Amino acid sequence: MADRSPTRPLPNLSELDTAEFWRGTQANEFRYQQCANCDTIVWHPRAHCTGCVNGDLEWRVSAGAGVVYTFSVVRQSYHPFFRSQVPYIVALVDLDEGPRFLTNITGTTPEEMDVGMRVQIVWEEHEEVHIPLAKPM
Amino acid sequence: MSDRDAAIVGIYEYPDRDVDGEVNPLQIKAACAAKALADAGLSWSDVDAIYDASEGGPMNGLTISEYFGISPTVIDTTGVGGSSYEFHAAHARRAIREGKCKVALLTYGSTAHSNAFAIGVGGRGGGGTSPVDNMESFAGQTLVSNYAMAARRHMFEFGTTSEQLAEISTATRYHAMRSPDAVRAMEDLEFIDIRETTIEDVVSSRMIADPLHLLECCMISDGGGAVVIASSEVARDCAKPPVWILGSGEATQYPTNGGSLTSSAAVQSGPIAFGEAGVSPSEIDIAMIYDSFSITVLTILEDLGFCGKGEGGSWVEGGRLRYDESGGPALNTDGGGLSSNHPGMRGIFLLIEAARQLRGESTSQVDGAKLAIAHGNGGMLGSRHTAGSIVLGGD
Repeated sequence: MADRSPTRPLPNLSELDTAEFWRGTQANEFRYQQCANCDTIVWHPRAHCTGCVNGDLEWRVSAGAGVVYTFSVVRQSYHPFFRSQVPYIVALVDLDEGPRFLTNITGTTPEEMDVGMRVQIVWEEHEEVHIPLAKPM
Repeated sequence: MSDRDAAIVGIYEYPDRDVDGEVNPLQIKAACAAKALADAGLSWSDVDAIYDASEGGPMNGLTISEYFGISPTVIDTTGVGGSSYEFHAAHARRAIREGKCKVALLTYGSTAHSNAFAIGVGGRGGGGTSPVDNMESFAGQTLVSNYAMAARRHMFEFGTTSEQLAEISTATRYHAMRSPDAVRAMEDLEFIDIRETTIEDVVSSRMIADPLHLLECCMISDGGGAVVIASSEVARDCAKPPVWILGSGEATQYPTNGGSLTSSAAVQSGPIAFGEAGVSPSEIDIAMIYDSFSITVLTILEDLGFCGKGEGGSWVEGGRLRYDESGGPALNTDGGGLSSNHPGMRGIFLLIEAARQLRGESTSQVDGAKLAIAHGNGGMLGSRHTAGSIVLGGD
């Protein structure tokens, strides 16, 4: 009998703006876009530059290090997967290259969390994608 | 002072917060519309403009016209979350000024409580068709933790404390206890220990998403309401004194690399509305600010200029937001979303209670109230949201 335990919600790999990002995760690469025309860092991924109308977006790969801009500890969730995870930490991480992304902080406890904490991306591996989580450095 | 060319002339707030599946949202909208029109001394046939947030689904500008049995020639279905009704008031005033309509009807109806829709802690499902969902849904953000992240950053940058945030909750509950409808709402929704609260009550209540406690989170109720906005000629003949729309502002905010979570789109919408009205924040008697959570109000009080950025925590200490205290506007005198009414999109109640105050009809009436602001925040404070600011003046 198949395992029916709830799993983390995973991205839709056919979504056109973000498909390239998720393909990159299979190689444990956190890819983001920068405009060759105006240097704007574009995040989340999309097909056009938000900084200029002559945009020429190129993919870059982050070194995966950043800092916690803010966080919360979820104590209550009715989601079938996340209710089994409480308490868990959600955070906005500012990567050193610029992109600010939403993720979970792993490998620590709520009590040890601080705004400004240095973190490093760690990959949670699933069959078709790897999920970028972060842990304290 | 701004031109007095459009006014709120009719209001109604649905009194029940738990309809137990016996009334649907369309029926709530129609019941409220009829009562608000009657409040104004008008009828269905007077309505020539319909405003709807499309909470009932797409094509609602048509659906609702047919259901009400009206034939409007201005149809506006701006749907920007809980602030939609502030946008509608702004748009109705503009349409009236242009001469496109004379009587605008705004309605809202929801059975969020009866549907047991876990708005605050439901989280999101997997993937999606939008790029934003596809980049965020894996992290299990709940609505509460979204706002909590804004609160955490405010604490980090400015030293704001949970005790200071709790002032928002206690002031709002203070007002709720004076409103029979709010007290009945809390009874029907099975609040425990219904009474005025202390700072200690709030900070010792259960943590939902750090640093936000249970008593800093709004309720999930059923409910609805309606507002009628009319031209000055119509308003002069209405049953109740007009409450004039003096200024409006609209704005959006969304995540950006390096952006700030300690301020909201109110930074843009507030000055536009105050400027158009020719009014400064210090003149405002009544602040109806969307209290989805304590942090929403604290952030927006700062953004609107009642105090400086980062000073909100110390500014709210000592109870100046209560209707019978001086030194600040009276906050959410109907009991707010925290303690009276939050069926998902609270914006219409901000207009309704502001109008009550400027008519002298509130259960926490501020003596001689002349100016109010209704500020709606739609979407989520900690990520992407809309802001609608409406400055109102008594007759």
